[in-house]
Amino acid sequence: MKILVPVKRVIDYNVKVRVKADKTGVDLANVKMSMNPFDEIAVEEAIRKKEAGEAEEIIAVSIGPQQAQETLRTALAMGADRAILIQTDDTVEPLAVAKLLKAVVDAEQPGLVILGKQAIDDDSNQTGQMLAALLGWPQGTFASIVKVAGDKLEVTREIDGGLETVSLNLPAIVTTDLRLNEPRYASLPNIMKAKKKQLDVKAPADYGVDTAPRLKTLKVEEPPKRAGGIKVKSVEELVDKLKNEAGVL
Amino acid sequence: MAALVLAEHDNKELKPATLNAVTAAAKLGGDVHVLVAGSGCQAVADAAAKIEGVAAVLLADDEAYAHPLAEVIAPLVVSLAGDYDAIVAPTTTNGKNIMPRVAAQLDVCQVSDVIAIEAPDTFVRPIYAGNALATVQSADAKKVMTVRGTGFPAAPASGGSAEIRPVGGAGNPGISSFVRQELAKSDRPELTAAKIIVSGGRGMGSGEAFSIIESLADKLGAAVGASRAAVDAGFISNDHQVGQTGKIVAPELYIACGISGAIQHLAGMKDSKVIVAINKDEEAPIFQVADYGLVADLFEAVPALEKAL
Ligand SMILES: Cc1cc2nc3c(=O)[nH]c(=O)nc-3n(C[C@H](O)[C@H](O)[C@H](O)COP(=O)(O)OP(=O)(O)OC[C@H]3O[C@@H](n4cnc5c(N)ncnc54)[C@H](O)[C@@H]3O)c2cc1C
Ligand SMILES: Nc1ncnc2c1ncn2[C@@H]1O[C@H](COP(=O)(O)O)[C@@H](O)[C@H]1O
Repeated sequence: MKILVPVKRVIDYNVKVRVKADKTGVDLANVKMSMNPFDEIAVEEAIRKKEAGEAEEIIAVSIGPQQAQETLRTALAMGADRAILIQTDDTVEPLAVAKLLKAVVDAEQPGLVILGKQAIDDDSNQTGQMLAALLGWPQGTFASIVKVAGDKLEVTREIDGGLETVSLNLPAIVTTDLRLNEPRYASLPNIMKAKKKQLDVKAPADYGVDTAPRLKTLKVEEPPKRAGGIKVKSVEELVDKLKNEAGVL
Repeated sequence: MAALVLAEHDNKELKPATLNAVTAAAKLGGDVHVLVAGSGCQAVADAAAKIEGVAAVLLADDEAYAHPLAEVIAPLVVSLAGDYDAIVAPTTTNGKNIMPRVAAQLDVCQVSDVIAIEAPDTFVRPIYAGNALATVQSADAKKVMTVRGTGFPAAPASGGSAEIRPVGGAGNPGISSFVRQELAKSDRPELTAAKIIVSGGRGMGSGEAFSIIESLADKLGAAVGASRAAVDAGFISNDHQVGQTGKIVAPELYIACGISGAIQHLAGMKDSKVIVAINKDEEAPIFQVADYGLVADLFEAVPALEKAL
């Protein structure tokens, strides 16, 4: 089985984002970028499946600017076998990403696609489900356990009330949640080796997909700021403030 | 102009998140219909029919919908979509699982986690863990969206008398099946509906220590929340996680104990009316959003707080 892992280059999760003064977006100039954390979990899960003999090849794919090659090299250094960059400087919305990924799936015929549940920049939480819809495949979203069971996939999902386990026909789509695994760091020798692994660069047009956005961003603003609070000296003062000042007790 | 709201329920009870979604759908300006897809869920449909502002309830009562598998529910929603200009679901794990599948089948984009509706085609949604708010305009003929409960007040659960129309199933593609559920049982209020939340973080140190949080919560009639670190460490189950990638809450009072205040946690609770932080590190970022900060060891402060109430 081949596993396809879509990875997105996003602003690093530790960076405090700043909204641009002209309200057109957030400031990405000179900001640290990394692989979306949920996608690191996806790459790790694919590698573990390969190590367990359940997969033969792992293909990482990214849609984004030229610099997304770095993100793909990270995936290769972790243990992916080869990579595809669909290069574009445009914003590509989840539906168009899903259409491009479907084209890659049609060409590569993987048995499993593992995505992150959510990109931490747009916070959309859509792409995996959309890809599943376009392919007519089942989906195991927000996964915390993924087990191959014969010709099925058993996925335990983090849901609002607790956990749910579903059984999916293969091929299938999985999206990762935080507890699925702890991603490894790439070792220096593996980072060196990754430089020699195959990385194909394509364009959206190669797949005949229209990536024109459906959403127009009218403005991007800072959320209202909370007024600063105070420090209380004791539990008694806290209770007094909550009762008599805030009126919440 | 009519909007279809996907009801959140467990076949027995209609979940409060549905009420917030109805308010959002009503803001789109047309009739609001509610779809109840389940098995043996007449009581849910009856409850939905009583929501103020709901004009009709579509009831798809079928064994196939006993569990809300996206592969089964999405085709049903798509089969009904022709009559609607908008399809709305609460941003629950069900909404998040099902709606993008609906959107892709309809070839429209989805607007995720809407917090305000400016016009029937213009929506405000948080991005970058809520550190920015984007106002977006959708060019799609049909709008598909999930809406954040804290962005819209709950519609009154009574006062309406909508007709209930049975709708036929759309079949089961048979590519997935439900195996089991392990649901956390608790008499405490649901996190996203609670007026007061007491949350614990890595500072709790262990699962056993969470009992002081639970005890305080019970005294206050509060729900129990947690940071990712507390869940990852196994102190408490995943359904308690508050944050960017967990639950978004906005209670009257949020008490954070042993939580540092990472942006991903703040994303889930910074719209609470009053925030209290108990942390032994006076530099902890949580104090920047707290209305009342107490620099103290939580193992002393939390039991003392319970006693002082
Ligand atoms: C992709 C991604 C998604 C994430 N999503 C979420 C999310 O949804 N929700 C979330 O919460 N996090 C999320 N995180 C994690 C987040 O970045 C932080 O790591 C996490 O919130 C930290 O949890 P914490 O505050 O409990 O732990 P820490 O940051 O370790 O803080 C513990 C605090 O406890 C205090 N403390 C320790 N002992 C005591 C004591 N005895 N008395 C009083 N205070 C004490 C310490 O001073 C410290 O401030 C996410 C991270 C990533 C990368
Ligand atoms: N531009 C992209 N390139 C590669 N993968 C992507 C891209 N956008 C989204 N994805 C994948 O889809 C997941 C969910 O993203 P989203 O739906 O945008 O929240 C991510 O975690 C990635 O696995």
